[in-house]
Amino acid sequence: MTALSQPFFQHALLAGTLIAAACGMVGYFLVLRAQVFTADALSHVAFTGAMAALAIGYDLRLGLFAATIAIALLFGALGRRARPDDVVIGSVFSWVLGLGAFFVTLYTTSRSTADGTAGVSVLFGSVFGMSAGHAATAALLAGGVCVLMLIAARPLLFATVDEAVAAARGVPVRLLGYGFLAVAGASAAEATQAVGSLLLLGLLAAPAGAAIRLTDRPYRALALSVGLAVTEVWTGLFTSYAVPKMPPSFAIMATATAVYAATFLIRRPVPRTS
Amino acid sequence: MIEAMEPAVRAVGPRAVRVPASRQAAEPVLELCDAAVRVGGRTLWSGVNLAVGAGEFTAVLGPNGVGKSTLVKALLGAMPLAAGEVRVLGDRPGRAGHRIGYLPQRRSFDASMRIRGIDVVRMGLDGDRWGVPLPIPGPRRRAARERVDEVVELVGASAYAHRPVGECSGGEQQRLLIAQALVRRPQLLLLDEPLDSLDLSHQGGIAALIGRICHQEGVAVVMVAHDVNPILHHLDRVVYLARGGSASGAPQEVITSETLTGLYGTPVEVLRASDGRLVVVGRPESAGDGHGDGGGHVG
Repeated sequence: MTALSQPFFQHALLAGTLIAAACGMVGYFLVLRAQVFTADALSHVAFTGAMAALAIGYDLRLGLFAATIAIALLFGALGRRARPDDVVIGSVFSWVLGLGAFFVTLYTTSRSTADGTAGVSVLFGSVFGMSAGHAATAALLAGGVCVLMLIAARPLLFATVDEAVAAARGVPVRLLGYGFLAVAGASAAEATQAVGSLLLLGLLAAPAGAAIRLTDRPYRALALSVGLAVTEVWTGLFTSYAVPKMPPSFAIMATATAVYAATFLIRRPVPRTS
Repeated sequence: MIEAMEPAVRAVGPRAVRVPASRQAAEPVLELCDAAVRVGGRTLWSGVNLAVGAGEFTAVLGPNGVGKSTLVKALLGAMPLAAGEVRVLGDRPGRAGHRIGYLPQRRSFDASMRIRGIDVVRMGLDGDRWGVPLPIPGPRRRAARERVDEVVELVGASAYAHRPVGECSGGEQQRLLIAQALVRRPQLLLLDEPLDSLDLSHQGGIAALIGRICHQEGVAVVMVAHDVNPILHHLDRVVYLARGGSASGAPQEVITSETLTGLYGTPVEVLRASDGRLVVVGRPESAGDGHGDGGGHVG
């Protein structure tokens, strides 16, 4: 296939694959811990962070990671036992989005060299526009997220399902709660580069949601979530390459949503006796 | 009558039945000497003396808010004593975590929790280890699986252990959680109101199960209870906690009008119904009041 011989496509594929794997893993725990709303808020925080970095004149990615991780930890600190509460998220989230609007204005009015499309690429991603260096950094960071998630998966699952017993067994429940939020923040920053801050929630929630509908076994669901996320990103990238009118973010999200919707068609035999 | 509600006792393989003889001769599993706990400058209870040997069933009783859950937390090492001494499995509390099975106060899984009961039980075995279990067949994997199946059968949960735990009824979830607490072969089981919010037939079944685990498997059980009746036949010892005091001993010695009146300072009358059930009239207990005790959470 000619797509694979194109450097820009290779970069997108490299970064996209690892970002998808990271999002699949983090997403599974976000869904299980009922923290999808946290991820939604983090996606908006990602936008503000990127715009703030651009307005001040730093690398956009620095703003992304600093903002998402810091706000993720703030959510944890304001909630109970490192579990953010919806009212706190709602208030912080709209304030941060307002701040984003402020930075957009600051950026577009004050910097003469301003790149007018930067805001759009943060919102909708620009995976085909990644340089070799950007792609390698993104892939490396996403790989790091995957490794951390694999190390923490079992105690995190215990702490998620059965917090009191996990704590009594010596699982560092609070540390895991905060650590997971920080990793979720990093994943949001990563995913922003692939599909944009407006769409990254789909990459975090849809594959994991589909995996949980398909199996009741936790580690199988985790693996399935990763597999679905990676397949969906690949499908989106190749589709977008084949149909240039289709932006990659749209193609990826369309695939992810279609797969999630398809899981509702599968009727699982659920023996229910009370 | 209560025993009759327990489904036919399943045959348990010889491996599952442990011989507690080696432990029985040794020191008590659990020892409290003149223990007291203070929360926010207020003494919850004091003067608690208790020694629990292997295979003994002890109930912790008292009115709501008196600090029954706090006693369990003190045994886990999560709550320091203000006075007295406590030894758990020959060590300071908090040191023998893997030899203690703990069932916190009533928690139920959300109906959307799509994780099988057997996975919840498995967490009790190795859920605190880092990393992910690799799907490589081997003796350790087989041993883990066998142990989980064994304990699931012991609590009589085999029929629904492969269903998502959120779809199981309250009594079924409670059995799975007991299995989770038992899976590492603990020497001591700490249960915080396991019968709370279960209907009567399930209460009898779970009580009989706990009694069986205690007396047949030789696991010492300390159970916080709201109502003594479902477990009365299985009990070896009771501890009554009161604001600032306590009383402990054999059930027939402690659950009497004289002892409880003296302990609570208000007239308490213990009546025995013709079926053996106890009716405590007065302050310390009420069977109809099924709320969790907020005071137990203090701290």
